[in-house]
Amino acid sequence: MNEKHVVVAMSGGVDSSVAAAIMVQQGYRVTGIMLKLWTADCSPQENACCTPESINQAREVAGILGIPFYVIDARDDFKSAVVDRYIDMNYQGKTPNPCYWCNQTIRWGYLLDKTLALGADFLVTGHYANITKDKNNEYHLYKGVDPKKDQSYVLSGLNQWQLAHTSLPLGSLTKDVVREKAQELKLPVASKPDSQDLCFIGNNNYRIFLEQNSGRATNSGNIVDKSGNIIGFHAGLQNYTIGQRKGLGAGNKDPVYVVSKIIETNEIVVGSKNDLLFTRVKIGPMNWISGVKPQKEMEYEVKIRYKAKPQPGKLSVAEPNYYYYQFLSPVRDATTGQIVVIYYKNEVIGSGEIVLAELEGE
Amino acid sequence: MICPLYKHAIITAGMKMDRIYLDYAATTPVDLEVIRMMINNFENDFGNPSSIHSFGQNAETTLSKARKSILELMNAKETDLIFTSGGTESDNLALRGCIKSAEDLSKKKLLISPVEHPAIAITCASLEKLYGIQTIQLRVDKDGIIEPRFLKETIDADTLLVSIIWANNEIGTINDISYLGKLCKDQGVLIHTDAVQATAHLQVNWETLNIDLMSFGAHKFYGPKGVGGLLKNKNITLTPQSTGGSQEENLRAGTQNVPLILGMAKAYELVNEGREVRNLRLIHLRDMIINGVLQSIPGTFLTGHPEKRLPNHASFVIEGVSGQDLVIGLDMAGFAVSSGSACKVGKPTPSQVLLAIGIPEDLARGALRVTIGRNTTEDQAISFLSALKKLVKELRHKVNYK
Repeated sequence: MNEKHVVVAMSGGVDSSVAAAIMVQQGYRVTGIMLKLWTADCSPQENACCTPESINQAREVAGILGIPFYVIDARDDFKSAVVDRYIDMNYQGKTPNPCYWCNQTIRWGYLLDKTLALGADFLVTGHYANITKDKNNEYHLYKGVDPKKDQSYVLSGLNQWQLAHTSLPLGSLTKDVVREKAQELKLPVASKPDSQDLCFIGNNNYRIFLEQNSGRATNSGNIVDKSGNIIGFHAGLQNYTIGQRKGLGAGNKDPVYVVSKIIETNEIVVGSKNDLLFTRVKIGPMNWISGVKPQKEMEYEVKIRYKAKPQPGKLSVAEPNYYYYQFLSPVRDATTGQIVVIYYKNEVIGSGEIVLAELEGE
Repeated sequence: MICPLYKHAIITAGMKMDRIYLDYAATTPVDLEVIRMMINNFENDFGNPSSIHSFGQNAETTLSKARKSILELMNAKETDLIFTSGGTESDNLALRGCIKSAEDLSKKKLLISPVEHPAIAITCASLEKLYGIQTIQLRVDKDGIIEPRFLKETIDADTLLVSIIWANNEIGTINDISYLGKLCKDQGVLIHTDAVQATAHLQVNWETLNIDLMSFGAHKFYGPKGVGGLLKNKNITLTPQSTGGSQEENLRAGTQNVPLILGMAKAYELVNEGREVRNLRLIHLRDMIINGVLQSIPGTFLTGHPEKRLPNHASFVIEGVSGQDLVIGLDMAGFAVSSGSACKVGKPTPSQVLLAIGIPEDLARGALRVTIGRNTTEDQAISFLSALKKLVKELRHKVNYK
């Protein structure tokens, strides 16, 4: 019998349920906690965490595993730390990644603080990533074994202390194995589909979400080409993303794409596909997993989005805690607000937000 | 076949530690003697009391014996006792039953205290909607005691019913219900009391209680869940809320749950034996907990009256922590307690009862209720105090509260 007491962050989904089961199997004293998070509409909705349906499923799983389970209301903290920031950034012309801060401030902030205060030793989640400790007692974060499910991207904002109080039992497994395990254990969530969208958006798309929840009036403006000629009108910068092709109005002979958004003039600049090549991004403030930037120059790769292909390139200092990353070959769709995660092979080195994306020829 | 994992999990959850139950105001374990009587009844005397044959007659006898036993112990021999499914149903029957029909609303006012159980408060809100009944909130002092003067001044010819909780479930305060009853009687107004908490600890003397209707439930006094009663003076006519057969003097249709009613009568008999001595022990333990919390943890305050409170009831508000975290943290440490409300999922909004006695909203979020019972020992109280002290320190240190 292991004397360690762990809290598993349960969502009612298959991953966290199996994570809890594994901890029970390994002999830990296990407690399940679900955070009730703010969502745009309270109607039960599949694939979004923390709806009443998910609460019941998590409770059912906890009952099968014989572990205590509690729901903690974190709606206010989640709303201010994650949702409000998401809304603000959209109106600043950025493309935010709320899951990244949710992990930093809610799961490994609010919940980890509670976990430890309530007397448990560490926090367990169903993320597909791996944490190791080296002989100098330093913690390292690695990609999950399943390349299709690797979630190291969204955990790249964590620090040494957070990693030291975390266990990720699914990091060495593939999703298929996890589903099989759930079936073996007859967990009722074994075939539940994976969640896809942002959990707080509700049933609508993000544009309608912003319209209904931002409390801001629509600020329409001009769509201009690279030379500044007005070629159409837009219904608010927040409704467009870099690289977007649809919804820019008819009448263009060649397809046009959103190339940049200019907050100051409330303009959307469009161009051809070839105008969308970004050569360099400035990122920061940085979170280095080790706490400091690694001394050795290494061959880094970065991911500019969760599902993006890793891009080789070179890192150089821009200003304290901000870096440039020069892509070896230009990339499309690099947008301010996105999180750039720096990898060395399978290890996460650090991450930072894109504050500037430079187009080729600028 | 039991999956090896489940077996292991049950062992993990069950054997790790001794769990200590300190939530007797929520419910109590059923007395073994009561269980034995009930099992025998389920097995051997299963007749329907409405049946003509001997099985039915036996059940009818059991039922009337149970009724008589409770009424005698409450010194209410000449009173009606309607068996219900528990305190909530009794409250509903009393309040809803006072309305003759939607057309006959000659009296429109319900006077209730602001510290009532939801079975009263929410039912009144429902009657407001359904019939346009007007609910008037009485006044309470900082300990949750109903102000008699305000009650006296507020009662008028339009008052349909006054309903006041005898002993409060959240803060333990005991009202002088017989005095309040007299005030109502003097003005010819009906009074109901929710005695769900009180019946477990206080002697009911119906003759001197000055009450017209009284609700109680068995599971607060070591009886089974799902059974209770409503005491009703014979001169009062209620409108049945469930119709069908003529059971319970036409006031509550449906076959009586004889085994549970029998269990309730037995449990009530047992709880009346040696009550005073038992209460002295509970009061000693309760005060040990109250003093221990107030003296060893800074920023803690007792809620409810310091003396006029249930012998088993200690309730607090604690600065800089949330009641929800306290309940979860204590459960993880092996102690079952409760906070302001029993909501497992909802938003931990501060309790209306605590706000009504003037506790600021922020402080009211840190509510803790510790209620002890037969099986509580001094050692348990001591280890509870040290667990609470440690938890409050950790929560204040590691979690930032707004």
